[in-house]
Amino acid sequence: MDLEMNLNASHSMGTTIIGVTYNGGVVLGADSRTSTGMYVANRASDKITQLTDNVYVCRSGSAADSQIVSDYIRYFLHQHTIQLGQSATSKVAANLIRLLSYNNKNMLETGLIVGGWDKYEGGKIYAIPLGGTLIEQPFAIGGSGSSYLYGFFDQAWKEGMTKDEAEQFVVKAVSLAIARDGASGGVVRTVIINSEGVTRNFYPSDKLQLWHEELEPQNSLLDLLNSSSPEPMNI
Amino acid sequence: MNFMASKQPENSLLSPESDSQRTLYPYVTGTSVVALKYKDGILMAADMGGSYGSTLRYKSVERMKPIGKHSLLGASGEISDFQEILRYLDELILYDNMWDDGNSLGPKEVHNYLTRVMYNRRNKFNPLWNSLVLGGVKNGQKYLGTVSMIGVNFEDNHVATGFGNHLARPILRQEWHENLSFEDGVRLLEKCMRVLLYRDRSAVNKLQIAKITEEGVTISQPYSLKTYWEFSAFENPAQGAIGSW
Repeated sequence: MDLEMNLNASHSMGTTIIGVTYNGGVVLGADSRTSTGMYVANRASDKITQLTDNVYVCRSGSAADSQIVSDYIRYFLHQHTIQLGQSATSKVAANLIRLLSYNNKNMLETGLIVGGWDKYEGGKIYAIPLGGTLIEQPFAIGGSGSSYLYGFFDQAWKEGMTKDEAEQFVVKAVSLAIARDGASGGVVRTVIINSEGVTRNFYPSDKLQLWHEELEPQNSLLDLLNSSSPEPMNI
Repeated sequence: MNFMASKQPENSLLSPESDSQRTLYPYVTGTSVVALKYKDGILMAADMGGSYGSTLRYKSVERMKPIGKHSLLGASGEISDFQEILRYLDELILYDNMWDDGNSLGPKEVHNYLTRVMYNRRNKFNPLWNSLVLGGVKNGQKYLGTVSMIGVNFEDNHVATGFGNHLARPILRQEWHENLSFEDGVRLLEKCMRVLLYRDRSAVNKLQIAKITEEGVTISQPYSLKTYWEFSAFENPAQGAIGSW
């Protein structure tokens, strides 16, 4: 019987997270829903977190675990940057995350997608799922919402998209996942990283394309009733 | 009129292991139903989602149905059990009509019948996995009641199921008053449904509002609500604390 919301359930970012490479850098995308059991604890969370000026990470799974891992890696990368004398590369960031995820695999429950741009390798995406596997890919999807996207990516992904094509593709994908995954929702956030720098974007739900069985949002039923007077409520 | 007819085993000498099927956990579920009394009768709202675990699988499920001439039933929980309840009620109304005596079952009677069904099934450890809202008007008397899957039932000026109890009832306690107009009632329900859309994981943005008055039942066409995301705090929430949410 569902009168009990488990308000003490751990905060989990049900989530849809995506990272894609394009012909000049990377685009990272995510939804904004954080849930405590069935309750949406935060409908506008920011799951794309900065590690350095040129490397960001998409977080999924346990909110606490992903935050603490990204906090540690930000700290290590800061020291690394000082010692190296120049910006850290996305490969280093990804490997540091792998070390923490792998060596604490029994305790952590977080899947991460690292995306960044550096002068040696350009734009790169690394996926680090549960268990601490590190895998470099032209694109990566993660989180509960990603189940609904495997077919879409298999069919529609292509190498060498432009920046705008890549961003529109990511927004479309997150929006499709939000339509079907109860654990994903809210706004679509994207982060574009290339040689010129970093751009953050924000797409609220009502600005997104409508999918199957979705209807144009209205202010109220009263507007519909008043405008279409020949056809009032039906049984 | 035996409402258990469809569930009895053929041969009652069979060992108890020939269990009739039981719902142990729900599969396709509907989320909250919210309802309130207003000037002319009852207004009820429910979204059209049928979730399959965390997947929003079906998005055009009608979870409110008219019952007889005077009642409206809304259900949350397992959809197949709701459909079974509709079959039971269909039979109930049919037998009522067959008396052909000008009398017809009112909402209070239908609510009582549902309470008995739900409670009896609960006692057999084979519940119908639903929370029901039953509203209606008969002879000028407005009635709004609810029954849960374990048989808890009561009536009130406004009721809700599931998450609606936690998120919608407080709003209704503040803003409901006697003799709401139709417009005010609809706006109040939409306010509740919008909060549910923001905060209930299984909510879907496609809903219907139904009204029942002395004249009868009307259920609106499906429609979606506008949502608001343009708070400045939403645009860059982690600005003050990178890595937070």
